[in-house]
Amino acid sequence: MNRMRKFYIGFMRGAMYICTGVTAVLVLFLVGYVMGNGIPNISWELLSTKPSYLSGRIGILPDILNTVYIVLATLMVVLPLGVGAAIYLTEYAKNKKVVSVIEYAAETLSGIPSIIYGLVGMLLFSNNFGTSLLAGALTLVIMNLPTVMRTVQESLKTVPQSYREGAFGLGAGKWRVIRTVVFPGCVDGVITGCILSVGRILGESAALLFTAGFAHTLNGILEGLASPGATLTVALYVYAKEEGEFGVAFAIAAILMVLTLLINLSATLVGKYFEKRRSV
Amino acid sequence: MHTSIFLEFFKRTRNRSTEIIEKVIQGIFLILGLITVGCVLLITVYLVISGIPAIKEIGLIHFLFGKEWASTAAEPKYGILPFILTSVYGTAGAILMGVPVGFFAAVYLSKVASKKVRAVIETAVNLLAGIPSVVYGLVGMLVLVPAIREVFHVPDGASLLAAIVVLAIMVLPNIIKVSVTALDAVPKEFEDASLALGATPTETFFRVSVPAAKSGIAAAVVLGVGRAVGEAMAVMMVAGNVANMPSLFQSVRFLTTAVSGEMAYSSPGSLQRNALFSIALVLFLFIMLINATLNFFLKRDKEK
Repeated sequence: MNRMRKFYIGFMRGAMYICTGVTAVLVLFLVGYVMGNGIPNISWELLSTKPSYLSGRIGILPDILNTVYIVLATLMVVLPLGVGAAIYLTEYAKNKKVVSVIEYAAETLSGIPSIIYGLVGMLLFSNNFGTSLLAGALTLVIMNLPTVMRTVQESLKTVPQSYREGAFGLGAGKWRVIRTVVFPGCVDGVITGCILSVGRILGESAALLFTAGFAHTLNGILEGLASPGATLTVALYVYAKEEGEFGVAFAIAAILMVLTLLINLSATLVGKYFEKRRSV
Repeated sequence: MHTSIFLEFFKRTRNRSTEIIEKVIQGIFLILGLITVGCVLLITVYLVISGIPAIKEIGLIHFLFGKEWASTAAEPKYGILPFILTSVYGTAGAILMGVPVGFFAAVYLSKVASKKVRAVIETAVNLLAGIPSVVYGLVGMLVLVPAIREVFHVPDGASLLAAIVVLAIMVLPNIIKVSVTALDAVPKEFEDASLALGATPTETFFRVSVPAAKSGIAAAVVLGVGRAVGEAMAVMMVAGNVANMPSLFQSVRFLTTAVSGEMAYSSPGSLQRNALFSIALVLFLFIMLINATLNFFLKRDKEK
């Protein structure tokens, strides 16, 4: 082997190890730094109260609840829409052109940056019925639609064609086949879509800043949806950038980090579970 | 006789009603299917309608190539060249830093790593992909910005460089994940043939597998470009947000942060706010261009 070749191999191998190492160290550092600074700042008081100017305390309970409300509201709207769109694509659409147009639209949607969603959401929703969690949730519905649609579509593709043919052969109409054969087949897609959407909603801030606002009032779910409120990520931004409360910001960051880990973990587990069940 | 006529009638009406139900349901699903298309049209139309007035008032050339942005000055100036250039430089910098690291890590994960190592690092990469952008911004603000100030002896570390580093880290998981998928799809025979001809494994990976996966890797890079161009919050927290022409150690404003930074302070209907919508329109056009490129690469991959 000549020297050039040896050098090339050594260089490439070294680059691979170094780059993978850099990535791993980066993740370790980020996790360690955020957890190290965040966990000491998490207290029961922080989690269970709302901010009070009188006592100067900061509590993030309203932000936690707002996050839960916005997740629920978004999922409630996006699931039927996404499942319906996926069913149309896999079960009804015969025209290839229509399918490719819809898929292209979904791809376009998933490439649009969240700040643009924020602006359009502001124009579409907030200007019509006020800055509110509902306006934020509807904006997030558009953002998450392609994700849900795609995951459900993938799961529908794995429903064997013979099941459908069997049902048709027994005299079932199209709608009946969809209800009894296709729907049960898309459960894993719906669950995966939910998990991915929740992850995206938790991390979203730019799209919510102008649609859902950044209030920290403690509300019930219906009131909450009608009034402006900050989710955890938006609260993190406000506390870090506008108010300089880095302790609280790190506490929220640590919570978000743990939630991200849990979401990734459950996505993997759900994927494995359904894969195993399908192969049986 | 009597009953059979009755039955026949009953059957027919039932068939007709199920037919109608089927039609209605098909219609509902069609509407649901077209919703994504509707959303894209709605977004495009809204952005164009709200973006055009300010461009008309300022003048397209002045708007796109004006070097000065002073929206709140007595004599306001609305030139967005600094934002466009910052976005371009920032993205290019992030790609230059992120792509090599992501590329080599992807080759390692796909071809060299043992199953266990790969699972661990993939979990880490997925975590990196899932961390909210504000968390990146927070860490950047408190670690990177002071570090840049110390190392380079500049008065303020909130700069284009800080944004580039944060963006490079943020595009890293996208690049790794998409490249790994592309590399995994390279047929084993290609590699076997190369090995049989006497190439070492490393040579095989970089001279056979990588060229075979080049469309997918190109798509990964374009996806990274899209994410870097569109990122707002993390950049907002580390770039300083002053409308300077881009320079590595100066506080800069990206297209995204130009929109979000002034939105809260501008009054509805003012030229300032309309100009912000025009910036969003420019950003949107950039993204559409990037999407088209991405589709080009993905399609080429599929056709092969």
